[in-house]
Amino acid sequence: MQAETSQPRRKRRAVDWPTALLVVIVASAAAFVFWRDGPARFFDVVWDDSGLFARMLPNVLAGCLIAALVTILLPRDTVVRWVGRDSGLRGILVSAGVGIIVPGGPFTIYPIAAAFLGMGADAAAVVTLITSWTTIGLSRTLVWEMPFLGFDFVLWRWLAALPLAVMAGLIARAIERYWRRRANP
Amino acid sequence: MIDLIVTSALWIIVVALAFGVARRSLPLLRESARGGATEFVYLIPRMAIGVLGSGYIAAALPQDSVAYWLGSSSGVFGIAVAGIAGAMTPGGPVVGFAIAAAALKGGAGAPQVIAYSTAWALYAFPRLLTYELPIMPARVVWLRVIASLPLPFIAAWLAMLIGKP
Repeated sequence: MQAETSQPRRKRRAVDWPTALLVVIVASAAAFVFWRDGPARFFDVVWDDSGLFARMLPNVLAGCLIAALVTILLPRDTVVRWVGRDSGLRGILVSAGVGIIVPGGPFTIYPIAAAFLGMGADAAAVVTLITSWTTIGLSRTLVWEMPFLGFDFVLWRWLAALPLAVMAGLIARAIERYWRRRANP
Repeated sequence: MIDLIVTSALWIIVVALAFGVARRSLPLLRESARGGATEFVYLIPRMAIGVLGSGYIAAALPQDSVAYWLGSSSGVFGIAVAGIAGAMTPGGPVVGFAIAAAALKGGAGAPQVIAYSTAWALYAFPRLLTYELPIMPARVVWLRVIASLPLPFIAAWLAMLIGKP
């Protein structure tokens, strides 16, 4: 169990189990592609993805720096007041709004979310932030979704997804309350 | 193009924040820059695995039959199938949208496609393993996973309620 507020930085291991599990899945998929489609296709994937990887790098570095700098600039009390455990519906609405406008990929949102957790943000608010970013975040929608699915469909999907982040936050808060009540009855 | 705008926006935020910290104290700026860079180095191998992995998993996935499945079963069952398929689809910026677009073209129901892309956005299981679990406290990750379970259904239902514009 992770302490909620006291540990801004977690202990790091070079290899953790999620990474190990993923390596196994990826190696199997890569072997399968090599076996089915031959070496040309196999190296095509490496080539295509190294371009993507190179384009991601500056965004990831920016995300990590933003997380580190925000931690210093935002006073802990402010974070606790706005998105802390007792921030109520307002905290969840604020997180959903922030999720819509934060640019970048998952690799930018997770370090920022983790930094906020370390500064005393409520877990439910952080759940809202991530849900908002993944389902209605503007940068993701504009950069990646629109070219594939077209404006009409994307607008429709976006409107349908608009309340999801707030719902996720409220559900997360209810679950947390239940967990806490069970831990100390 | 928009890609470039996002990157610039991120770096403008970095510069503005760095300026704010520098005004308070320069050693503090150096220290936090080092902290951010350490995190970045920690993430690089995970990102490489994640990017390469989503490429291979996507290549191994029979995209046509995924699209076919999204179209072939309708109603609540179809939405559940679409949701599970979305959750298992690897992250990375394009895989899920590409399959969703193929499914739409292949005649899949729009609610299923919305359930699929919502579940993919929320879970993208390989992304959860590469980025989220190593960075976030596990308790919060599982909290998010549980809280998100009903969302693909709600999105599909709301989409039907709104009606296609």
